[in-house]
Parts: sequence; structure tokens; C-alpha cells
Amino acid sequence: MNHFGRIVLAGIASLGLLVGCGERPPIETQQLGYRGTGMEENTNPRLLAELVAKNQVPASQPPADTSGPLASEIYQNVQVLKDLSVGEFTRVMLSMTEWVAPAEQKNCTYCHNGENYADEGKYQYKVARRMLSMTREINSSWKTHVGKTGVTCHTCHRGQPVPEYVWFTDPGAGRENSFVGSRAGQNSAITGLGVTTIGHSSLPYDPYTPFLLGEQNIRVNGPTALPTGNRNSIKQAEWTYALMVHMSNSLGVNCTYCHNTRAWASWEESRPQRSTAWHGIRLARHLNNAYLVPLTDTFPDKRLGPLGDVAKINCSTCHQGVYKPYFGTSMAKDYPELQGAKPMPVAAPMEGAAAPAAGDAAAAPATAPAAAPASAKNLTATPVARVNVVGRPIG
Amino acid sequence: MAMLSFERKYRIRGGTLVGGDLFDFWVGAFYVGFFGITAAFFALLGTALLVYGAAIGPTWNLWQISIAPPDLSYGLGLAPLHEGGIWQLVTICAVGAFVSWMLREVEICRKLGMGFHVPVAFGSAILAYVTLQVIRPLLLGAWGHAFPYGIYSHLDWVSNVAYQYLHFHYNPAHMVAVTFFFTTVLALALHGSLVLSALNPAKGEVVKGAEHENTFFRDNIGYSIGTLGIHRFGLLIAINAGVWSAICIVISGPFWTRSWTDWWAWWLNLPIWN
Repeated sequence: MNHFGRIVLAGIASLGLLVGCGERPPIETQQLGYRGTGMEENTNPRLLAELVAKNQVPASQPPADTSGPLASEIYQNVQVLKDLSVGEFTRVMLSMTEWVAPAEQKNCTYCHNGENYADEGKYQYKVARRMLSMTREINSSWKTHVGKTGVTCHTCHRGQPVPEYVWFTDPGAGRENSFVGSRAGQNSAITGLGVTTIGHSSLPYDPYTPFLLGEQNIRVNGPTALPTGNRNSIKQAEWTYALMVHMSNSLGVNCTYCHNTRAWASWEESRPQRSTAWHGIRLARHLNNAYLVPLTDTFPDKRLGPLGDVAKINCSTCHQGVYKPYFGTSMAKDYPELQGAKPMPVAAPMEGAAAPAAGDAAAAPATAPAAAPASAKNLTATPVARVNVVGRPIG
Repeated sequence: MAMLSFERKYRIRGGTLVGGDLFDFWVGAFYVGFFGITAAFFALLGTALLVYGAAIGPTWNLWQISIAPPDLSYGLGLAPLHEGGIWQLVTICAVGAFVSWMLREVEICRKLGMGFHVPVAFGSAILAYVTLQVIRPLLLGAWGHAFPYGIYSHLDWVSNVAYQYLHFHYNPAHMVAVTFFFTTVLALALHGSLVLSALNPAKGEVVKGAEHENTFFRDNIGYSIGTLGIHRFGLLIAINAGVWSAICIVISGPFWTRSWTDWWAWWLNLPIWN
């Protein structure tokens, strides 16, 4: 082969690599930091169009009459939505059927006993009640994360009884009794549950259990360039990296969406989105411990994971690959019923004044960043599976 | 000018690419030529612009001086001097100086009737630079995608651009490039130490030649690439290091926007087990 032939062959090989990547210009880019810092978001408009099509809000139910009698006065066993009028209450029930009930059973009896709607026999009924409290708590007490956009049942459920993106503690992660010791869920593209989590990387594939259920320390890197007493290990950094890759994949953004990577820890050099994400981690951890873990015994076995644990949430559960669920379109603004308990009319019967909804609101964490960790700590009384998977500090 | 007695016979007229005899002369040991003039012009102008950029910037700390490219909003257009325009001029000067230097090497090769291996090798380094600062920004649609001129700032840029793809070590072309860089260093170390060991025998031994060198590696690993072969091999892997560096950055963004870890899904998706 002559020189020219070799050059042509090399050219074809390089072209093959480019085609193998499967993407091409034009690419849309967004500058996230000062010019020249390399803080940018790259978006393939062809892939974005697919994502946009998948993340549309459904049409809202027409607004309900707020003036009628309270649902709690008309119906029996109303514990969470007792501040709603019958019209509002019915609207929420209709919406939940549309948002959560499975396609083959889009009616009230997915959750309710058709003979007696106040009957608590079905597990779906009990779960739905807790989920309503949860939704109201998120919208009223976690504005640090959800802002005015808020959430509805549809944000996670998207028309399915079990949201598409939930997680179980992985039976394979860090538990192998092998001659060479624990792999800590690393170097395996497919987890013990048969799914890929951390974007096919070699990082630990179950960062959810230590960080979104337990309270392992996430910020492990030292504050200075040279060692000045930081005892955290590279192993711990890999767990943090795994969580961060999960967050990136869940939000469809890269690391520079929040961080200036020259100084990961520095809040001054980070984008404001990082503090929203900080609250998001606390939110997911709180919801898992306060709402989902206590429902473990309520669910039938078929809904539980291989270790008998309940389906839990992570960033993907709401975000579904988008930096703001539904690209920031607020669905909750059309649902004042889900915004948190309204002040009850004084004259209204207040049977069981310490209602779960009001109680939840009182127990909700304060919104200030400094206070949030403290309130999260209060939740350690709930059973936390295992917080010792992250490598101990060496030395 | 001091000149060795035999040096004169290598100072051959002609072989220039442009300008005929105009700049066909030497200054001391250095051949000038048209491209020597342009290289000096671009290098001096570019350096002066960098100093000007530093002068209007916030610091004279050598580590922290940074001449940043324009905001992405300027696209592929010209930016005001103080908002990336200096960077644009410096980039023109840099490309001009590098290419001039390469063409000056071509002229020297032509004078001496040699092959063009040296300018080709230098060209691979220029290719990596031009890919970073010109080709990739063109493909992405804005000069702002290029790196800033500053000791710390260009490293910060490297860090952030790598993390745009979550984990750059999973970039397949980056893997190949890094491997070529390390292999180049290994080959150079083996070659250099082998030559020195032949030329620095034990006291009382005569200086050894190529057959001793070849025998060392035949004894050691069963094969010696030979005296000419080691230089062919070294050039091949060194050029590949530059070329694959260019490939690894040009595919990041224009041809892949997601995490590089996800690129490897093709392995899991092979029809053998999927």
C-alpha cells in the first residue's frame, strides 16, 4: 500500500470513530460561567427533542368549586385532604386516577373498595394517603428545592402505579464474600439488580443507600490543594463521584451545571443550582426515611426489593433526565389542592385536630440550609439500612 | 560570525517556498527565510498582545494572568478587544507562528535535500493545537469553546471541559492518546539508556556499537527493532500521540454530548449477549 492509500485508510478509520459516536454537529451550547472557564452545557438538539416529547405535562382537570362543604364533612375517613371542598376533593381523586392508576384499571377501585370508599383494606389506599401528605409537604416545606414550580403525583408517576425511576438497595453492592474482598459494587456495568446505574462507569453502583437513605458524608474533598489533615479516602471520593454521576444523569446535565471543577467544594465558585441540588439530596433522603421506609410493611411482597426493602426515590424519580421536571413547566400551580393544608375554617368540625397533614407540616424541616441537616438528623430514628458501606478513612 | 570550516558547504541557496532569494540568508547559525520573518513577526506580536492583555487584566501574578476567549454569544464573529478580541488576535498569531516555523523547516529540508519528517512531526503538534482552538470551536459554533491563555486558567479549562463529559478518562480516543504519550516516553527512555550504555562501557572496555545494542534487546526480550527501526517507531508513536489528542477533543462536543462513560454502552449492546 502506498503512502496515499495509508492516509486514506487512516481517514476512513477516523471517520468510522466519529460515526460510531452517533452524534454530530450542530450542537447547542450554553455558557455557564465566565468566558474561557469551560463551564458549558452541551445539548444535542435531536436528543433534546426526544426528551421534550417524553416530558410533557398532561392537561389539567378544570378548576373546582372551592365554596362547597368540606369533603371531611361529607365523606368518612378523610384524614389528609380534610381542608378541601367536595369539589376540590373530587378533582384530586379524578386526577390521581389519571396520574397513578394503571392503564388496565383507570378507575377508583384501584385504590378504593368499591363497596365502601372509606375502607382502608387496599394497600394502595394507605399508600396514596401517605403520598398525598408527602406531596403537600414537598410543596409547602421544601420550596428551597421545588420553588414555586412544585410537584404533583404525576411528576413521579407519569400515569403508572409505580414510578419508572425508583431504587432498591442492591443485594450485590458491597456484600460479596469473595477471596479478594468486597468489590463495593465497583467495576460492574450491571448491578446485582440487573440494571445500569452509574452510567456504565466503574464507580460503586449503589450510592443511593449510603447517601439517599443513610447520611454518609458527601463532601469529602479537602479544602486545600496540599494535604492539611483531610482524612477522607479516595474510596470515599468514588462513592461521592457515583452519587454525582447519578445526579448528572438524572438531570441531563454535566458537572459544570453546578460546580466550577477547579474547586468543587467552594460555594463561592459554584452556581446557585448547587444549593438547590443540596436541598434536593436532603429532600430525597427525608422522603425515603419519613414516607417510604415506614410504608415497607404496607406494601405487598411483590412491590418490595430483593432485600425486602420498599421502593425508594432518587433524583431520577422526579427529574427523569431533565434539569427541571417537565423543563420547568409548573403543573402544581393548577393544583392548589396539593399545595399544603389550607387554614381550616374556625367553624368547621375539627375532629382529630392533630391531623397527619398538619402534623407533617410541623415536622417539616426548616428551609434555611443550616437548619436542614439538623432536621434530617432527626430522622435517623427511622431504620436506616446500612451506612457503613463507604470505606473507612484510612490510617 | 563564527562558522565551522565544513559548515559552509551546507549553506545552500534556493529551496525556498516563497520570496525567492529575498530572505534566503542566515543570521548567525539561524536560517532566516520568508517564514523566519513571519514566525518572528507573529511570535513578537502575539507575545506583545499577551502582555497588553495582562496589563489591562486584574493581576501581574504570572500564574494567574489569563487571556480568555470571547463569550459564546459572539459565536464565530469578532469580539471587542477587551472581551475576547485579544484572545482572537493571539490565536491568529499563534497559528501563524507555528505554521511559519513548520514551513521554515520545510525550506531547510528542501535546501538539504532531506525528507520532510521533522515538519510532518511538528505538524501533528500543530494539528492538536489547531483542533483545540480553531476546528472544535468552528464545529461547535463559537470561539468561546477554546481554552484561555494562562497558566492556571488553561488548566481550569481542561478540568471543566473534561467534566462536561462527566469522566474524560472513558473517552476512547483519550485512552489511545494517553497510551501513545506514555509509550513514547517509555520508548525514548529505553532508546536513550541503550545508546548511553553502549557509549559508556565499563572501565577498560571499548565503546560498543549497534550489534551490542541489538544483542542486548534480543537477549532481553527476544527481539531488537534495530537502529533505524527505533526511530521509525518513535516517530510513529509520537505523531500518533498528537493526532489522537486532536481526535479525543474534537469528538468531545461536536460528536458526543453525553457522559463518556455512556459511550461504552455499545459493548453491552453487542448482539453477542444482548
